[in-house]
Amino acid sequence: MRAPLEWLSEYCDPGLPTRETEERLTLTGTKVEAVHHHGVAALEHFVVGRVVEAERHPDADRLSVCRVEVGGDHVAQIVCGAPNVAGGQTVAVARPGAVMPDGTKLGAAKLRGVRSEGMILAEDELDIGSDHAGIMVLDRLIPGGGDLAPGTPLAEVLLIATEVLELEITPNRPDCLGVYGVARELHAATRAALAAPPWADDPGAPGEIPGVEVRVECPDLNPRFTARVFEDVTVAPSPPWLKARLMAAGQRPINNVVDITNYVMLLAGHPVHAFDLDRVAGQRLTVRRARDGEEIETLDGQVRRLDHEMVVIEDDDGPTSIAGVMGGARSEVHDGTSRVLMEVANWVGPNIHRTSQVLGLRSEASGRFEKGLSPEQAMEAQALATKLMLELTGATLVPGTIDVGGEGPPPATIRLRTAKVEQVLGMPIARERQAEILQALEFATAEAGDGLDVTVPHFRRNDVYREADLIEEVARIDGLDKLPVTLPKRRGAAGRLSVEQRLRRRAVDALAGRGMHEIVGWSFTDPGFADRLRLDAGDDRRRSVALENPMSEQQSVMRTTLLASLLDAARVNIAHGRTDLQLFEQGKVYFWPEGGGAAATAANGGDPRRGGMDHRLPREHRSLGAVIAGRMHPQTWGTPEPPRAGFFAVKALFGAACDALRVPWSVEPATEPFLHPGRSARILAGEAGEPVGWIGELHPLVAREYDLDEGAAAFEVDFDRLLGHAVAVPAYRDLTSFPALRQDLAVAVADDVPAAAVVTVVRRAGGDLLADARVFDVYRGAQVGEGRTSLALTLAFRAPDRTLSDEDVAPVRDRIVTALRDELGGELRA
Amino acid sequence: MSVLDRIGSLRAEAEDAVADADSSAALEELRVRYLGRKAELPNLLRGVAQLPPEERGTVGRAANQARQALEALIEQRASDLEAAELDTRLAADRIDVTLPGEPPQPVGRLHLVTQTWREIEDVFLGLGFTSVEGPEIELVHYNFDALNHDVTHPARDHTDTFYVAPDVVLRTHTSPMQIRAMEAHPPPLYVVIPGRTYRRDSDATHTPQFHQVEGLAVDADITLADLKGTLLSFANAIFGEGRDVRLRPHFFPFTEPSVEVDVSCFHCDGRGFMRDGARCRLCKGEGWIEILGAGEVDPNVYSYVDDDRYDPEKVQGFAWGMGVERIAQLKHGLTDMRALYDNDLRFLEQFG
Repeated sequence: MRAPLEWLSEYCDPGLPTRETEERLTLTGTKVEAVHHHGVAALEHFVVGRVVEAERHPDADRLSVCRVEVGGDHVAQIVCGAPNVAGGQTVAVARPGAVMPDGTKLGAAKLRGVRSEGMILAEDELDIGSDHAGIMVLDRLIPGGGDLAPGTPLAEVLLIATEVLELEITPNRPDCLGVYGVARELHAATRAALAAPPWADDPGAPGEIPGVEVRVECPDLNPRFTARVFEDVTVAPSPPWLKARLMAAGQRPINNVVDITNYVMLLAGHPVHAFDLDRVAGQRLTVRRARDGEEIETLDGQVRRLDHEMVVIEDDDGPTSIAGVMGGARSEVHDGTSRVLMEVANWVGPNIHRTSQVLGLRSEASGRFEKGLSPEQAMEAQALATKLMLELTGATLVPGTIDVGGEGPPPATIRLRTAKVEQVLGMPIARERQAEILQALEFATAEAGDGLDVTVPHFRRNDVYREADLIEEVARIDGLDKLPVTLPKRRGAAGRLSVEQRLRRRAVDALAGRGMHEIVGWSFTDPGFADRLRLDAGDDRRRSVALENPMSEQQSVMRTTLLASLLDAARVNIAHGRTDLQLFEQGKVYFWPEGGGAAATAANGGDPRRGGMDHRLPREHRSLGAVIAGRMHPQTWGTPEPPRAGFFAVKALFGAACDALRVPWSVEPATEPFLHPGRSARILAGEAGEPVGWIGELHPLVAREYDLDEGAAAFEVDFDRLLGHAVAVPAYRDLTSFPALRQDLAVAVADDVPAAAVVTVVRRAGGDLLADARVFDVYRGAQVGEGRTSLALTLAFRAPDRTLSDEDVAPVRDRIVTALRDELGGELRA
Repeated sequence: MSVLDRIGSLRAEAEDAVADADSSAALEELRVRYLGRKAELPNLLRGVAQLPPEERGTVGRAANQARQALEALIEQRASDLEAAELDTRLAADRIDVTLPGEPPQPVGRLHLVTQTWREIEDVFLGLGFTSVEGPEIELVHYNFDALNHDVTHPARDHTDTFYVAPDVVLRTHTSPMQIRAMEAHPPPLYVVIPGRTYRRDSDATHTPQFHQVEGLAVDADITLADLKGTLLSFANAIFGEGRDVRLRPHFFPFTEPSVEVDVSCFHCDGRGFMRDGARCRLCKGEGWIEILGAGEVDPNVYSYVDDDRYDPEKVQGFAWGMGVERIAQLKHGLTDMRALYDNDLRFLEQFG
């Protein structure tokens, strides 16, 4: 909303510097987003001039050389290109030194060899109109214009400069989408006087208008329809003051009738529509729901297809406009119009909103109606339009007013408890002050036992209907800067992270601590990710959640794996020459559950009001993933051949996170379509080995898709499930002072026996005395035999109550050897 | 020359020799020469028994003292020589201390969003709020209806909000968790709700996904002044001591009264202008920077909570919602929010 200060000050002029006006409005809820300067930057050098004579330029047919009195006995020679310039005219002159609205500074110049001291102005050159057909002839445009003395500052005659407040009007305040509404706020905010509303003293009167009929077939969508008829209308340009105000408010002048409709909307905040009554077939307007598929051509020349939730206004020849949104071309006011039907109607906000949404058609009118205007405002706008029509178009008003529907419901009265105001705000506001504020906002107040009985004006009916709303009114005008600074009591509050939140921090800190960089990828991805990752047709990760209205195809589904965003990030960095990458991400992934909503509800308890997931919602869980590629650290003087990213490097990083969390974990060979089939595994967490994710080297075909030509390794786990296995509160175990007895053991097994299986057998056979067992060497070669691998393990034996000897341990060791032989075909190596 | 004299001269000679010894090897040679099995002084001691009885005591004592003195001297000299030799050896054992550490220990970083999320979360943990999180894909009921959004509220439009189904959206704010939190816990309730949110917007200051931290405090008597105090504590913790906050009336469907909250500019100290008279580029001369929206929870919101204990006549409280990216942008001077999601290491390495 653009409110020119010049216009605003006609209704409320606090006499403050603009900066203070701005601050008062901003601090009471009408935020001033910007203060624009409209028109010329400085008033100097713009004066009234009188053309003494105008002669043809010797070398240019279209130019005139004028001698112009510009005050102080000075007669300036000005070359003018306007066809309408003539001796005797009173004109607007910019003299050398003047700065035009576009910033150009005028100097004395030579035009085709003739010296020119300044410029005779057309209205568009001052941004006070859009006409460039000729210069402004002030003796015709302004009453008494011919009597103006040359040299009179132009600013005294025309609105050539004003500040314009650009206001953010919140959607609950459509009453402030008019200059008078803003003036009312300014009045309440500054206590400066508020002038009577411009619609006071309505020249019209109720009663039928013979020969004109309005039928409302859908009063549910059209609570009020008012109309008046004007005869002997002369369509002509509007006077300069009106054009200038429209221009400052950002509206282009058209002709006086159309300008009046716009002016009324900008001042009263209510849209108005003018029909050429002679083009209204049958002189009858019918308001009805559109038929499904019905078509109408709107003012912008487009054909719109309607449905039965939309409302049209039609005459005997069919629809002429889409109610509340846009008029039609057929009955538009034109230069020859002499009879005008002025329509001011009230429409239902949600309905107009829907129509505008469905048609993709927004207008100044729909933008106001959709926020909900009051039926009473319609008659205010009608009265204002009547005054202007009589004043500016030479029209006569046909007696009577069509008014279908009438005023809205009677105003509500709400009790505002003085104690409640203090209870909510944490500061008291005196009851007298509350009454003063509310009255300034045109609420009526009456003393009541514990507070005030407040009656809400019609233009605030939708916004203020409870005590809480009144508290806001008194608080915002009295000033929130007066609020004391206190803290809540915080009864029973102990600020803390949940166990899961703490563990999540710990895990990602561990990864960052190992040199990895965290990324935050998009939750959206493109549907092609599933093919790029070679996912099978039945893969869970193909059941992604699609958006109805994505920003682009590239961001049209929700990710089901972090791998996509991790690989995207890898590719971005590789494009910049960063080929050594260790990236991780924590974030949500989203799926539709198998079997649809019912299965999801069964799985999570269902009741959405108790924190369970509603069956209409997809499943989502937090995931933790990583991708590494290239060297694990830069080449250094001590390590000219740094280790490279691969299965074991990524496994070590994952292990660091698990160790930080104290999650027991293991892996077992398993494949994923996007992983190297011989270098991939399933991750198992907890003592029972719950599958929580995958780990491995990328399949070369997938790696190539993402420019990872030298391969990459990755893992992804269900973070929530992984955390479920963490030992958040470890229990104390007695420290034993008895030393461990260490022994090594080398065993040869078949190639396809995983090391983990060997360790598992050793641990089980070792029993309580075996404190630790781990693989420290792996050897394949002729000495072990074809198809066999030798694993060297280091074993630690410990008893809580004594120092163990070789003799104590011998039977345990025998059991281990036997178990390896029996269960895995392992042979002990010397 | 008496035996005693001989002892005296041997001692003097040995002492001189020890003092002159310039290596451990030379010293060892002297030890053998003067104190070894075949040396004269030990022989004298062994021969004391053959001396006349009246001399035995004197000679024995003198010889013994001489031997002990010599032993001590040699030991002292040995340790001096060893120390000197160690010094020489260490002086020669020199490395180039300016070479980088080895093996390298690369340092990783948390993403700026995570860093800022934690900073904000931690401030409110300290103020007694508990952190809870909720679903990102949300029912229209929780995202709009229960938050008192009018059916025409523009945020519901398909141009503004991502829809998955007619009644399911990507949450446009963390506020739906206000309702879920109240349905899960009776009052008094003090929670912050960090999380990812979505709006259909993409330019230098908006990304279609972003993060918010919601706050909600509900008890019998929580006032707008309490909101101001809470957010002032926050502003001082995040933007530095001495900051001020300003509440500007505004409109949100789910708070009443509603306010937008500005913090005094930490670049120009709230003056709007720099020392050299230039307009502050951060607050653009305003002296204030908008950081979040807030207000007292609208009574209608409680009526959507499926729990009688949230009776608007018995409880009241405040709520706020702030943008994590916005706070990060202000603190670190980001010019294009989209850089946050490019995950370019040259960007990531600067933070965390």
